[in-house]
Amino acid sequence: MSEELVFRYDVNGDDFTSAGQASVQVKRNLRQLGLDSDTIRRVSIAMYEGEINMVIHAGGGVAEVRVSEDCITIVLTDKGPGIKDIEKAMQEGYSTAPDEIRSLGFGAGMGLPNMKRHTDSIEIDSVLGVGTTITMKVNLG
Amino acid sequence: MTVAELAAGCGFEVLCLPEPEREVDGVYIGDLLSWVMGRARQDNAWITIMSNVNVIAVGTLSDVSCILFAEGVLPEADIIETAKAKGVNLLVTPMPAYEAAIKLHEAL
Ligand SMILES: Nc1ncnc2c1ncn2[C@@H]1O[C@H](COP(=O)(O)OP(=O)(O)OP(=O)(O)O)[C@@H](O)[C@H]1O
Ligand SMILES: [Mg+2]
Repeated sequence: MSEELVFRYDVNGDDFTSAGQASVQVKRNLRQLGLDSDTIRRVSIAMYEGEINMVIHAGGGVAEVRVSEDCITIVLTDKGPGIKDIEKAMQEGYSTAPDEIRSLGFGAGMGLPNMKRHTDSIEIDSVLGVGTTITMKVNLG
Repeated sequence: MTVAELAAGCGFEVLCLPEPEREVDGVYIGDLLSWVMGRARQDNAWITIMSNVNVIAVGTLSDVSCILFAEGVLPEADIIETAKAKGVNLLVTPMPAYEAAIKLHEAL
């Protein structure tokens, strides 16, 4: 494939029941492209964690997945509160999720570590009061 | 062993079985979704007591072979419908997770 393929999704910030939809859709699209299951799984996990974070912590946002010849790039952009201390947020177990969210099974503080572990690179740009952009890459082949 | 064989062999009740022929390989137990996302392996049977709709998305994306609800926990009917549509196998047992895991260990 010489041209880049781009998938774009609006992630709704106030609908918990549909959270994860964009990731499920991306997984389906990547399957149709015939990518190997390990790559699809890594992209799915990283994107899901980022998508859920936008819903829980940022009131929604936009997810974009670009498939090029040598890598898959996931860009998650939100206009949420931003992340005050990125280093802390990257630590396993750190979470500011409120109780009602925790009761649904979120808030283990494992999302960002999962994103890092399942991708080849992760870049977090966050400005307090403005929003957060997370760019992740998974190499192909 | 397939999920259908496992359910029959262990006496787990089937809530939906859209992919009965999926192979089961190993078990993961957990209720915190990001732990499951990060640690469950492809084709694991996942035992949990969480039953909200987010569990189905995690099941789909982590590629587990089935979700086994322990302690008789039952998801709402529309969640079972969602699972069916997404191709996620759902089973339930009255056993606690520990006993269910022993059953699985004996069967696998
Ligand atoms: N998009 C975001 N906007 C603002 N804050 C965020 C965003 N993503 C993450 N955070 C902050 O970073 C913390 C850690 O995120 P992480 O995903 O690792 O854990 P969590 O979402 O709290 O719990 P889990 O992912 O295990 O359910 C969050 O609790 C939150 O404070
Ligand atoms: Mg998270």
